Amino acid sequence: MNMMSAMNVLTVSQLNKYIKDLISKDVVLSGLWVKGEISNFKNHYSGHFYFTLKDEKSLLKCVMFRSNASLLPFMPENGMKVIIRGYISVFERDGQYQLYAEEMQPDGIGALYIAFEKLKKKLEAEGLFDASRKRRLPFLPGAIGVVTSSTGAVIRDIINVLSRRFYNVNLKLYPVQVQGEQAAGQIAAAVRRFNELDNVDVIIVARGGGSLEELWPFNEEIVARSIYESRIPVISAVGHETDFTIADFVADVRAPTPSAAAELVMPERAVVENRLDGLRLRLRNAVMKKTSMERLLLKRIEGSVAFRQPLNKIYQDRMLLDVQKKYMQKALSALNTEYRNRLSLLAATLDTLSPLKSLARGYSITKSKKDGSLIKSIHAVSVGDRLEISLTDGRLGCTVDSIEGDNNG
Amino acid sequence: MDNKEVTFEQAMAELEEIVKKLEKGELTLDESISFFRRGVELTKYCSKKLDEAERSITMLIEGENGVTEKELPELEQGR
Repeated sequence: MNMMSAMNVLTVSQLNKYIKDLISKDVVLSGLWVKGEISNFKNHYSGHFYFTLKDEKSLLKCVMFRSNASLLPFMPENGMKVIIRGYISVFERDGQYQLYAEEMQPDGIGALYIAFEKLKKKLEAEGLFDASRKRRLPFLPGAIGVVTSSTGAVIRDIINVLSRRFYNVNLKLYPVQVQGEQAAGQIAAAVRRFNELDNVDVIIVARGGGSLEELWPFNEEIVARSIYESRIPVISAVGHETDFTIADFVADVRAPTPSAAAELVMPERAVVENRLDGLRLRLRNAVMKKTSMERLLLKRIEGSVAFRQPLNKIYQDRMLLDVQKKYMQKALSALNTEYRNRLSLLAATLDTLSPLKSLARGYSITKSKKDGSLIKSIHAVSVGDRLEISLTDGRLGCTVDSIEGDNNG
Repeated sequence: MDNKEVTFEQAMAELEEIVKKLEKGELTLDESISFFRRGVELTKYCSKKLDEAERSITMLIEGENGVTEKELPELEQGR
């Protein structure tokens, strides 16, 4: 009150400044949550948002600066119900107090929608939706697990469709709540339980149509994770054809409706039987064709010359053998004569070269009686040595009386 | 033949394969006959699979001693 008493009259600016100071000291106004509906929304080119928050009775001016506005995961729009965290301050120029918004969340359905988008993005980034990890459904499941409510049309529809397609179906229902607080936890637990029990070959997670809030459990992370972790293939069948839930994205197969899930999971017995019959027939025909072809071939072989006159070939071969034998004998005797001729030729040659021939002409061969060595020089003998001289018709035993060398010797 | 590990689908696929091989006619007679034997086994196995399952529609109930199965009331229009 000092200022006022001292000056008494204030300028507008002074007053606004004073009020601003007053407000900024207030603990409540400096950090609060407020909810309302957006109107007059302006996305200024500067990046700031200007808008009015209203309820049935009142309006509140709001601003959200770019630094905060740019972080919003969604674009606000008129009519959207939101919850805003911020503080109240005064814009002195206009003498206007307003809400400076720092954080904004959609309220109601909008909040669910944002949560859906956020979780979808997160799980997608983690790879929970990857097409590569989707498993194929068994062609003819021995047992089918169904996670849904035990009351209501969904389980009835599924049983009806399955029974029509394949009467001796084996179905195990794990009853759960499919909406409300408990639902998500129960659905996830049921999927895990089937995996623990390992008593089914495929799981259908189903729910009939409903509002976004009613379908919400199938958008919960806990359900998504249980489906992702399931070793048993999972079919999701939630709501109507146009409803997409997080469970649909994680599941191995999304069926547009529960009845469609029943059609997907089980082949029609008649169709399977037809296929099997067809194969059985083709199997028989193919093998009969093969055997009759082989039989034909056998007949042809039996009818061939070799079978009609089996010795024919032997006779022919024997004749051939005889001819060959004659040729061989001829060749052998020719060879014989040739060798004989060559031998006598060689003998004649040998004869002319023989030293015996020289002896006949009057030459003699002198050998030492002592060691039988051939004497070619007078130096090889001494007087008194015994020698043996071979002549053409015998040998002489001699004793060396004297040794005389030739002058040129 | 150990069919414990063979699913209906695998058996059908193998049967289909065998029929195709036989129809091509490029096998020896011995091969054809042994494939035919296997094929007959498979058709018998598949037929058995189709018939062996008994209709059973139950609800699992968690209890103190684990899970029990209770039969679900039949639906007339399901017949």
